[in-house]
Amino acid sequence: MILKFLPNQHGGSLDMNFNVQKLRQEFPNLNIQVHGMPLVYLDNAATTLKPRCVIDAINAYYVTGVSNVHRGVHFLSEQATAAFEYSRQVVRQFLHARRVEEIIFTKGATEALNLVAQSYGRHFLKKGDEIIISHMEHHSNIVPWQLLCEQIGCVLKVIPINDRGELILEEYLKLLSDKTKLVSLVWVSNSLGTVNPVKAVIEAAHSQGAVVVIDAAQAVTHTMINVQELDCDFLVFSGHKVFGPTGVGVLYGKEKYLSAMPPYQGGGDMIKSVTFAKTTYNDLPYKFEAGTPPIAEVIGLRSALEYFQTHSWESMHQYKQELLDYGTKALLSIDGVRIVGTAKDKTSILSFVVDGIHPHDLGTLVDQEGVAIRTGHHCTQPVMEFFKIPATARASLAFYNTKEELDILVRAINRAKEIFK
Amino acid sequence: MRDELYQQTILEHNRNPRNFKKLEGATHVAEGYNPLCGDHLWVYVKVDPKGIIEEAAFEGSGCAISKASASMMTVSIKGKSVEEANILFEEFHQLVKGDLKPDTQPNHLDKLTVFSGIWQYPARVKCASLGWHTMHGALEKTKTVSTE
Ligand SMILES: Cc1ncc(COP(=O)(O)O)c(C=O)c1O
Repeated sequence: MILKFLPNQHGGSLDMNFNVQKLRQEFPNLNIQVHGMPLVYLDNAATTLKPRCVIDAINAYYVTGVSNVHRGVHFLSEQATAAFEYSRQVVRQFLHARRVEEIIFTKGATEALNLVAQSYGRHFLKKGDEIIISHMEHHSNIVPWQLLCEQIGCVLKVIPINDRGELILEEYLKLLSDKTKLVSLVWVSNSLGTVNPVKAVIEAAHSQGAVVVIDAAQAVTHTMINVQELDCDFLVFSGHKVFGPTGVGVLYGKEKYLSAMPPYQGGGDMIKSVTFAKTTYNDLPYKFEAGTPPIAEVIGLRSALEYFQTHSWESMHQYKQELLDYGTKALLSIDGVRIVGTAKDKTSILSFVVDGIHPHDLGTLVDQEGVAIRTGHHCTQPVMEFFKIPATARASLAFYNTKEELDILVRAINRAKEIFK
Repeated sequence: MRDELYQQTILEHNRNPRNFKKLEGATHVAEGYNPLCGDHLWVYVKVDPKGIIEEAAFEGSGCAISKASASMMTVSIKGKSVEEANILFEEFHQLVKGDLKPDTQPNHLDKLTVFSGIWQYPARVKCASLGWHTMHGALEKTKTVSTE
């Protein structure tokens, strides 16, 4: 019996002819109206919209396939387990990992980072050891390390950034020493759009014997990920930022580290046997997946990754770069607009401020035109402090966005300026 | 369509905030902070021995809503007793949550009713109430107020 909720509808052939109008039809949420205006969704760094196949896959599980996974002998349970484990294979292939055992499902990027800090960090780091992060980290890649530092007395070091919002690599190399035991770095910044030179950072860390964690939350839609080529020791991402459901994320870890690490949480599924005298932990990856996992979400994530990969990286990249260039020029054509984050290597994220209008007022005013942008510190308060601003407005673009939508954003900003004149 | 949020009164107070200064000789001071938007202000109140608010002022930075609201707050509590200011605080709080309908329910809000539509913008309610919470904190002697 073929699993009903396994294959995506579109057959999975690579679509070389990038056709944005056709692609938009896959995303039902794009068709809604907001305050009587067609939605212009420019908040993709916060979360992406979901294609129909993801919604269908989740729906199929709930309509005809509900069951808990693992250990069940009945039909539905075997079917759900197979679908669940098949998702793991799809993730392995998406990340180009060596083995499926290296793919751990978590709640999201945040939980994956906390898992590494608490399981790897608490076990392998000690007082006085140093951890390096960067000035542009999301709070989820700052706070878990601060907690660890409080718990075991290790020391947090921060790679500074320059005025364009790029890492200062020379300073990173100066921070590195034999005291450095772990480096955790964001690949693509969610508030600045900066793409970091992760390969160079990883190589330098390894030459000092430090392990490297890569936060790929924003990188997953930007570039192909090959964890073996990159040689990172851990890598995390969230399903909902790559057109999948919320509530599921992934931790990739090299097997040699994962197998040496103690469990993160205790519960069902993560054990082989439990007696009051002694509990034996399960093998990888189950050792790190205590309790009933987010089954429908894992199935939805599989569908999202399969769908996403029917588009060629090259055509997506080229299209988004065009959008970024167009959006950058369009925003800069407005008097009083300043773009925050002007790295040479940048993804399609546009953070900006407008003279005389607080980002929150701007956010509310463009929302009246149906335009969804995010305003605030984007969970990167140190970045805001660096640029001496309380907040920015941020338009973050996905491959279903269009130049026309950017024109609507520009018109909405001009209208806001009119009101605030 | 929601009610228009950015009415002329609000835009005007944003442009020319009243009592926008540090108040020398203030008897009550508090700092207010909205970590979500980075709005950050100080409220100063000078209460005379009879318990009447002689002067109120504020300074800091924030969005138009928080600035205009703080500005209008300083104007509306001046000359009132501490007790009256606290009543006004309660009424304003009810207003921005949408629990007080100024057209049908008795109140002392007067011009402050320009904020009556803000409950339709849940993300902005905290902006409107920051100055008021800070003023209330100052009178209650709480030093730092956070709307989170
Ligand atoms: C760069 C980056 N890292 C980590 C996260 C955290 O992801 P999640 O909230 O899905 O766990 C985000 C989400 O905003 C992000 O943009």
